[in-house]
Amino acid sequence: MNLDELELIARSVRQENAAYDYELNVCMDLACASQGAEMLREALIATGDTSGKKVLVRRTGCMGPCSSGPMVRVDPDDTLYGHVHADHAEKILSSLGNEPVAVLQCDLNEHFDKQVRVVLENAGHIDPEKIDDYIARDGYKALLTALTEMTPNGVVHRITESGLRGRGGGGYPTGLKWGTVAKAGGDVKYIVCNGDEGDPGAFMDRSVMEGDPHRIIEGMAIAGYAVGASKGFMYVRAEYPVAVARLTTALREARRRGLLGSNLCGTTFNFDVEIRLGAGAFVCGEETALIASIEGKRGTPKPRPPYPAVSGLWGKPTLINNVETFANIAPIVRNGGKWFANMGSERSKGTKVFALTGKIANTGLVEVPMGIKLREIIEVIGGGVPNGHTFKAVQTGGPSGGCIPAEMLDLGVSYDALLKVGSIMGSGGMIVMDDTSCMVNVARFFVEFCMTESCGKCIPCRAGTAQMYKLLTRICDGSGTMDDLSLLEELCVTVKETSLCGLGMTAPNPVLSTLKYFRNEYVDHIVHKRCTAGVCNIKAPAEVLA
Amino acid sequence: MSENVEVKTLVIDGQEASARRGQTILEVARENNINIPTLCHLEGLSDVGACRLCLVEIAGSNKLLPACVATVSEGMEVSTNTERLAKHRRTILELLFAERNHICSVCVANGHCELQSLGQSQGLTHVRLPYRNPELTVDASHERFTLDHNRCILCTRCVRVCAEIEGAHVWDVMGRGINSMVITDLNDDWGNSSCTRCGKCVQVCPTGALFDKSQIGSEHPKHPDFLPYLNLMREAQ
Amino acid sequence: MSKLKLATVWLDGCSGCHMSFLDMDERLLALAELVDVVYSPLVDTKRFPDEVDIALVEGAVASVDDEKKIKKIRAHTKTLVAIGDCAVAGNVPSMRNPIGPEAILNRAYIENASAQQQIPCVVVPRLLQVVRPIHEFVKVDVFLPGCPPSADTFHTALTALATGVPLDISALTRFGA
Repeated sequence: MNLDELELIARSVRQENAAYDYELNVCMDLACASQGAEMLREALIATGDTSGKKVLVRRTGCMGPCSSGPMVRVDPDDTLYGHVHADHAEKILSSLGNEPVAVLQCDLNEHFDKQVRVVLENAGHIDPEKIDDYIARDGYKALLTALTEMTPNGVVHRITESGLRGRGGGGYPTGLKWGTVAKAGGDVKYIVCNGDEGDPGAFMDRSVMEGDPHRIIEGMAIAGYAVGASKGFMYVRAEYPVAVARLTTALREARRRGLLGSNLCGTTFNFDVEIRLGAGAFVCGEETALIASIEGKRGTPKPRPPYPAVSGLWGKPTLINNVETFANIAPIVRNGGKWFANMGSERSKGTKVFALTGKIANTGLVEVPMGIKLREIIEVIGGGVPNGHTFKAVQTGGPSGGCIPAEMLDLGVSYDALLKVGSIMGSGGMIVMDDTSCMVNVARFFVEFCMTESCGKCIPCRAGTAQMYKLLTRICDGSGTMDDLSLLEELCVTVKETSLCGLGMTAPNPVLSTLKYFRNEYVDHIVHKRCTAGVCNIKAPAEVLA
Repeated sequence: MSENVEVKTLVIDGQEASARRGQTILEVARENNINIPTLCHLEGLSDVGACRLCLVEIAGSNKLLPACVATVSEGMEVSTNTERLAKHRRTILELLFAERNHICSVCVANGHCELQSLGQSQGLTHVRLPYRNPELTVDASHERFTLDHNRCILCTRCVRVCAEIEGAHVWDVMGRGINSMVITDLNDDWGNSSCTRCGKCVQVCPTGALFDKSQIGSEHPKHPDFLPYLNLMREAQ
Repeated sequence: MSKLKLATVWLDGCSGCHMSFLDMDERLLALAELVDVVYSPLVDTKRFPDEVDIALVEGAVASVDDEKKIKKIRAHTKTLVAIGDCAVAGNVPSMRNPIGPEAILNRAYIENASAQQQIPCVVVPRLLQVVRPIHEFVKVDVFLPGCPPSADTFHTALTALATGVPLDISALTRFGA
């Protein structure tokens, strides 16, 4: 396979598509699929066959606004329909060429206008199981260009120039990481893609793996070329069976097309990817634990240094990046580092995908330029808090993140800004809470998550999260004291400062941030035995002993 | 001494020290008679950096480093005994005492327990955290030894000595987080496991979690100091 | 100078701490120069005095009665000293915590009783679900761990408390000592 052959495939796919009058893109992502998107697709195909119109019905990955699903987009009109069911098929087909079906149309212009799609550029436009669909949208062009026109150093330089930072949560400069692995000695190196997305309420990586799997494979292959690795591992949690199936298909198709394997594009570069399944441990998202898991060991983290870039998988230099990081690589190589660096803020470049969930009108996936105000994401793109309730806080970064209150909504989203207010960027979970959420209970929920997901290796995380949970439970059920509160605060500091890995170090964040911004709610529970949100079941005061 | 041995100089608690490249902060501190408390570390076994008691402060960094695995670097200024570290160490010990049922007075290791003496040396007079009182089992199926989960602090010395020194890998850890447990084989009874009955795990156990049945009711000091010697002899072979 | 008022209290413990206290032997005479024992299982006072300078409390809080007592003692005491592992950490009485009081009472009064199988419910106080050290109920000023703390520990600690000399407890005693 070379660039000309690639272009040939792309052209033939485009020609094929041009033969149709209309394209009906049906979102088949989990949220839509669970509401009958498969039946809808079958109905559209069946009706389309009898309608006499030349219609292409295509299944696609996540289009974004999950709360409006099942979704159908009609091209070339770019008409978006929401809450579509199988019995609407006839109506939609007969409207083609006439006025759109008004009752099904969704008004999501504001939702989409504020977004900038890089990682999700193909979402809703390609069939994830068809490699040619991906190629028709410039897929694998970046890989072949890199292989034939760039030196490995040149690729690293381009990534460095882009200012891309790790999208898994830490925000480590990607170019720097690639450069370190490239410089590391030894013949054998590995590329690992971290697809162990485990934050409650986060599904960015799943959607990319399910909706545009080739984008990740291409990113990994480019990384392999840049750092000198010929083997990649894709670590996906077993709870994502669709992602695993799509990736398996994608790998097979890529091999068949000669885009993975030996002597790619006639060069001496070899690269292939193997899928490894996680067994449901959140901690395996931590890179050293993930490496242990791939090696077939118990998934527990190790102290760093040595960093995986120096000594990783089986002691070899290993480049680990998150799914979304790899998904950014192809467009950067295609369009140049400067193009990417022009998006975003001073120290956080490009775009970020967020999974908007909780008390918000438009739940789903959004991709926004870095630096955008939280207010815009929540009020404009997200459509605000529904049902007449008022916004209380937004939790970013999953169980490791913090809760950001209403008065800070004008904060521009970037790694540094979020850290400053006691939260983190994390992988991109964004949970919106309104006045019906009790912040003490929210903190308790996240601490419980970390307690259950702690690997148990180091004491502060294993026993510390359990004690934090115990103290928070006391406060929630009204038996807590102000002494418990100060003990809790002290414990949070120890767990944060002494834990072995990121899980423990960040586990206190939800408690510390709610204590910082919603301390009154803690005091309410302890002193006044009152939960204003009405969530906690506070027991009647214990019998007063004479 | 070969040429590529590089000597580093550093300062530990105000005291100047020299070290070979690659040495850990803990090794250098102990060579200079500076005591850093440890629990999961044991000379002769690999280090896991799990107990966090040996955390030290490095000038110019806010991050605490585990002395057992962090290696020295030129000009490093290490503090091993600050108020901040003392506070963390006490809290970590409190977490351990409250985690399981450590009733010192009726423990076979009373007077010979590393957890107990660390509590004393770190000035722990009581535990502020609520005791968890978990219901745990005792495995007395082995003809010579007993495993009491109530006393286990999950330091994994037994796991490491069995795998690294005895080469049997009978011990491992099962479960997650607060529910983690040491197990023999695939959670079989110790007595029915592939245990070689060498007793190394009992000798390296810092508490009364693993003990020799013949020592019940008497003094039960542990002797983990055979390890460095054993390693030395093996290397010499 | 008037002598300090000393009380000693026995909650859920084995009285071993009090025995160890008596093991101070002849040093008790010197101590008597500094303190007056105003309430103790060792003396014949029935009512806890209104104002006590130092109260030594042995034993964990295991029953509703213990809980009432410790709160009353705290209210009338300047310096409350938890003596022994039961008071400081729960110790042997707390060994029932993982299984709960019902199981313990059943074993003692039903399963192992040869006659009159019944769980006592009058006169004896109701057991708390969980046995806890006294600082989980009231503020404790000084902790003297040990099972029991030695007579030397008692002597050094009490002399220090009575004379206002600073006290390094960890140099004297530890859990299980």
